[in-house]
Amino acid sequence: MLAYIVRRLWQMFPTLAGVVLLIFFLFNAVGGDPALVLAGKITNKEQIENIRKQLGVDQPYHVQLGYFAFEIATGFTCTYKSFTESKSPAPDAKGPAADAKAPEKKADNSTCQAVRSWATNEEVPKILTSRIGPTLTVMVPVLILETILGVILAIGVAYVRGTLTDRMIMMICTFAMSISFLVYIIVAQYYFGFKWGMFPVQGWTDSFWKNFTYYAPLPIMLAVFVGLAPALRLYRSFFLDEINHDYVRTARAKGLGEKTVMMKHVLRNAMIPILTNVGIALPGIFVGSFLLETFFSIPGLGREILVAVNRSDFPVIKAATVYLAMITMIINLAVDVAYKAVDPRVTFK
Amino acid sequence: MSAVLDNKSAPVAAPLHQASPGLWTLAWRRLKKDKVGMVSMVVVIFFLLMMFGSWAGIIAKNWSKEVGVSYANPAFMAGAENLEGVRKDDKAEASKVPYVDLSDIDPLAPRYKEWEERTAKIKVTETPRADTLLFGGDKWGRDVLQKAIKGAETSIFVGLVAALLATFIGTVLGAMSGYMGGKVGDALEWFYNVFTSIPYILLILAFAAVFKRGLDTIIFILAFTGWTGIYRLVRAEYIKHASREYVKAAQAIGASHSRRMFVHILPNVSHVCLVQLSQHVVQFIKAEVILSFLGLGVPVDSVSWGTMLAEAQSELVIGKWWQLAAAGISMAILVTAFSMLTDSLRDALDPKIK
Repeated sequence: MLAYIVRRLWQMFPTLAGVVLLIFFLFNAVGGDPALVLAGKITNKEQIENIRKQLGVDQPYHVQLGYFAFEIATGFTCTYKSFTESKSPAPDAKGPAADAKAPEKKADNSTCQAVRSWATNEEVPKILTSRIGPTLTVMVPVLILETILGVILAIGVAYVRGTLTDRMIMMICTFAMSISFLVYIIVAQYYFGFKWGMFPVQGWTDSFWKNFTYYAPLPIMLAVFVGLAPALRLYRSFFLDEINHDYVRTARAKGLGEKTVMMKHVLRNAMIPILTNVGIALPGIFVGSFLLETFFSIPGLGREILVAVNRSDFPVIKAATVYLAMITMIINLAVDVAYKAVDPRVTFK
Repeated sequence: MSAVLDNKSAPVAAPLHQASPGLWTLAWRRLKKDKVGMVSMVVVIFFLLMMFGSWAGIIAKNWSKEVGVSYANPAFMAGAENLEGVRKDDKAEASKVPYVDLSDIDPLAPRYKEWEERTAKIKVTETPRADTLLFGGDKWGRDVLQKAIKGAETSIFVGLVAALLATFIGTVLGAMSGYMGGKVGDALEWFYNVFTSIPYILLILAFAAVFKRGLDTIIFILAFTGWTGIYRLVRAEYIKHASREYVKAAQAIGASHSRRMFVHILPNVSHVCLVQLSQHVVQFIKAEVILSFLGLGVPVDSVSWGTMLAEAQSELVIGKWWQLAAAGISMAILVTAFSMLTDSLRDALDPKIK
């Protein structure tokens, strides 16, 4: 088992390298000159050159890639420039701009400078860690509620499979899934928040408890409601796949009631694909629902990324993407290991 | 050589009459029996015809004309109050502020008369604006129904083309990976792993961040981020088929690799591609709507269901619900029909079900 985990971790490196290359290709090669994005309306060539120098984009691509790799290795807490400049206190032959910046950096008295957002000049690691809390406050309850409700309802529907009720519920699910999430949010926010005043229209505070009990319920309910239809359809198909197996017939043949068969035999076996599905959805809770966060002004990661996209704030998007790719890979490994706990038949190859 | 050609035209093909029907014939027979599937197909074809009609300029040609008053009421709510739609000339009351003669200190006063004469010469043709439109008007008095048709054109076009492109990418890469295996397969698997280890939404946003807004861009983004699921399935099918006897037979008669991949195997996995295509159209239409809503999708001068919903959000607060309803309902109908058609197609094309 340990050997399996070590090997899987080892296999992550090429994938991670691919992610880094993809991100680098997108933002450094395709994304255009960041100095022009950053400078905005400045047309002064010298100023643009200075910005390019500060960002390191005046270097050839392989050097830039090195900078990016260095930033990733330090978790975006240290830019390569600040690292090398702190080591060599007299940065000569770097032009007047670098000289002017040097004393300022020494006064800072730290060896490293974190990667900063282009738009707000905040440190990127701080932005990301401060935004993850609100996202999880909404998304963890969503995932838990959706899974539990989905399994309970799906078992109920699978119990009455083939009847009119079953077909009606499936039709309703298909129709509910076809309405855009946007429409649900717009309508629910208008009626529950604005018109009937049952929930706050939007907002967020620093207190977790207030957020969780006052601001989060409407977004959570919406996400659960919208996610329930696809989950129900999927989980129902998992149960129906199991029902046709021989062991179910055996269980019925030895005189077990339909309830015992469903709850004891079918449920346990259907839990395996259900867990796979939850495992696939798990990395998504870190990204959060950027639509919900935008509509309800929740200062979460999804909204932050969206804002960064609109502002062309590349460092934030790059950091978020790399971090989330790492989280995804680790979660996938954890889910695969967790199979062993659920299903004793699973062996690690 | 001529003998082979002769064989084809000669009536030797007599046993073909008893030939069992192929997969597609069987699938079509099964689909015809499926009432839900047929109704869905009619609805989908209706929407596609609407798209072509709108694209060719036959219907909804004048969607951008401001034909009604601002927020014109729908025809079935003609009597409803419409404060936003009040005509301008209703406001032409006398000002209540007492008139002060400033002409002796106003430096422009001597020219007022000249200007009035000039303005009188310019003819302003005020197009008559309708108080009600069939399904209401938007802020600029455009017909919401025509807008919804035009929006459908954009959204369906994006969904359709992006799905075709994604299916093409996924099929070609999946075929290569599954059929060739080895180094090529490993490289493509690596490529696949890279794309799937980034959460899908984040991948789309990362692409959207670096490319300029536009119809072609959004199609490219959706296709280039959405091919992974198709790749997975097609690859699995190709692995299964690559060692089958008919492929070995093809090799024996000297068919090249690409011929075996795309002429011999592809028809046998095409049903998987078709179902995936249909599923991805739905997925991409939904994605396009959300991206356009966020301002990352279609350009500002065109209209899609997403941009309509973006306008509808603020309209709902002042009680103008029809744009939301028009975009929401038309999209819901199409997507429901398309999803049910996909389900029917899957059932019809599944050779295991008789």
